[in-house]
Amino acid sequence: MMAVVHMFADTAVIAKRNLIKIKRVPEVLVFVLLSPIMFVLLFAYVFGGSINIPGGSYREFLIAGIFAQTVVFGSTFTGVGIADDIQKGIIDRFRSLPMSQAAVLIGRTASDVVYNVLTLLIMGLTGLVVGWRINSSLWEGLVGFGLLLAFAYSFSWTMALVGLLVPSVEVINNASFMVIFPVTFIANTFVPAENLPTVLRTFAEWNPISALTQAVRELFGNIPPGTPEPTAWPLQNPVIYTLIWAALIIAVFAPLASIRYQKAVKQG
Amino acid sequence: MGNVIEAFGLVKHYGDVVALDGLDLAVSEGSVYGLLGPNGAGKTTAVSILATLLAPDSGSARVAGADVLKEPARVRERIGLSGQYAALDEHLTGFENLDMIGRLYRLGRSRSRTRARELLEVFDLTEAGNRPVKTYSGGMRRRLDLAGALVASPPVLFLDEPTTGLDPRSRLDLWGVIRELVARGSTLLLTTQYLEEADHLADRIMVIDQGRDIAQGTPDELKTLVGGERIEVTVVSASDLPRAQEVMQRFAVGELASEVRNRKVTAPISGGAAVLTKALRALDAEGVDLHDVGLRRPTLNDVFLTLTGHAAEPNGSRGTSEGQSSLRGKAAS
Repeated sequence: MMAVVHMFADTAVIAKRNLIKIKRVPEVLVFVLLSPIMFVLLFAYVFGGSINIPGGSYREFLIAGIFAQTVVFGSTFTGVGIADDIQKGIIDRFRSLPMSQAAVLIGRTASDVVYNVLTLLIMGLTGLVVGWRINSSLWEGLVGFGLLLAFAYSFSWTMALVGLLVPSVEVINNASFMVIFPVTFIANTFVPAENLPTVLRTFAEWNPISALTQAVRELFGNIPPGTPEPTAWPLQNPVIYTLIWAALIIAVFAPLASIRYQKAVKQG
Repeated sequence: MGNVIEAFGLVKHYGDVVALDGLDLAVSEGSVYGLLGPNGAGKTTAVSILATLLAPDSGSARVAGADVLKEPARVRERIGLSGQYAALDEHLTGFENLDMIGRLYRLGRSRSRTRARELLEVFDLTEAGNRPVKTYSGGMRRRLDLAGALVASPPVLFLDEPTTGLDPRSRLDLWGVIRELVARGSTLLLTTQYLEEADHLADRIMVIDQGRDIAQGTPDELKTLVGGERIEVTVVSASDLPRAQEVMQRFAVGELASEVRNRKVTAPISGGAAVLTKALRALDAEGVDLHDVGLRRPTLNDVFLTLTGHAAEPNGSRGTSEGQSSLRGKAAS
């Protein structure tokens, strides 16, 4: 019991430490607060003119996709943060302290959630400015945001493992870009999956990021009336499919990252 | 007074590289123990094992009464570690770094803050305490890192190369702080590749090379191993070298060593400054122009050379330590 209390207390200390950076590191501020605004505006005005969504507006269609992509990219903070802490020897210090060792990774991934809340807030406001609306209810809207945060949180654990395995900030930045970018694009995030060539279409239909986007679109009421029902199971049951993925990712990556953390020592 | 740090047969391999090759260690309470060796000798690996960061391939160790492998949490409550590189969060202020460490040692909110302020004061960082660490100089970072190890006033301290990379002035400052710490009764295990540092700070020294204990004792005992004092003479022109050799032969108690390229003769002597004076007069009488001369007492670097057949610091820092010891020799004469 005491151990759990300690873990939460230590997690809060670690998360606070990570969050102070938003005030002090301009790159973090730009990534968390400014780039989302830029993305919404770029997609809305550049693609918005040439992509037609039958019976609806591209801007409404777009927002859920760009939310999904951005929060998944937010997990990079965990990877980069952990790699940086190993390089600087801060993990060595944490590991020499009588603190809850689980708190280091949990505090780190929890900070991503806070970053993502801020990012979603800013993007939501920008979205409202360009004409996006939640057409369902407040409650469904909140569930949509909750689902985005939950999936992004699970994804942070994959990046935690990557950060522990490849403790180089540059490599992680490049690698995450190389992986996350295609995964979030070969999906229904920015264009309807039905228009993709067969192989990509199958990938997109089973891609959890498509399910996440589909779920959020439905919850926000951003699917135009008359849109045909998706044929693939994941897109027919997007909320459940997304939650299954989130649970699976945490079940696999949290233990792996924790085991790896026990051995993390600054190299050289 | 028992042993606060004990290690038995520590072995650690990294792939084919042997970092530790059966190291035994015993550090008594309240003492300063220096682990001295060149880069890659296994010093950091030894400290990492004792500080519970790394599990050895075989062997065991106890720190402050707890087994590092079986009870790492109990060990962590009683140690402070300051690593080779200042392990600080650059974006936090000095105060925030120490406060965070205090919270993680479970000192509680107000105690952590008080302690952070106290330590900033002790380490002369009060003014810088509200600035992000990235604005600090190297010496300030090291002081803050050392302060981090002291937050919980742990009975056992590990300092892994605390002054590596510091300028001489900052190094002297840090030595002063470390000596004060020790005066308060902490047990300290210090690693260093600076022979002078171990000589200044440690009660006992273990010289390690390739993960093995190759000698241990007090600094004086180790120096005795290498033999006595000697005079070093460097002449201005190479043509004077044979005459200098001939003169120095009269005072030497053993064989001369000559370095023709450096125009240098080294003679083992006995009798200290008095012999140096006589030798200088004799050289002067022979009309030998001297570039440099010094009475040299053995340094720990000589210990290393004698024990391993290679220099402790192959990358040039050796020159500095020799320069300083010859200065000290001259001051003594």
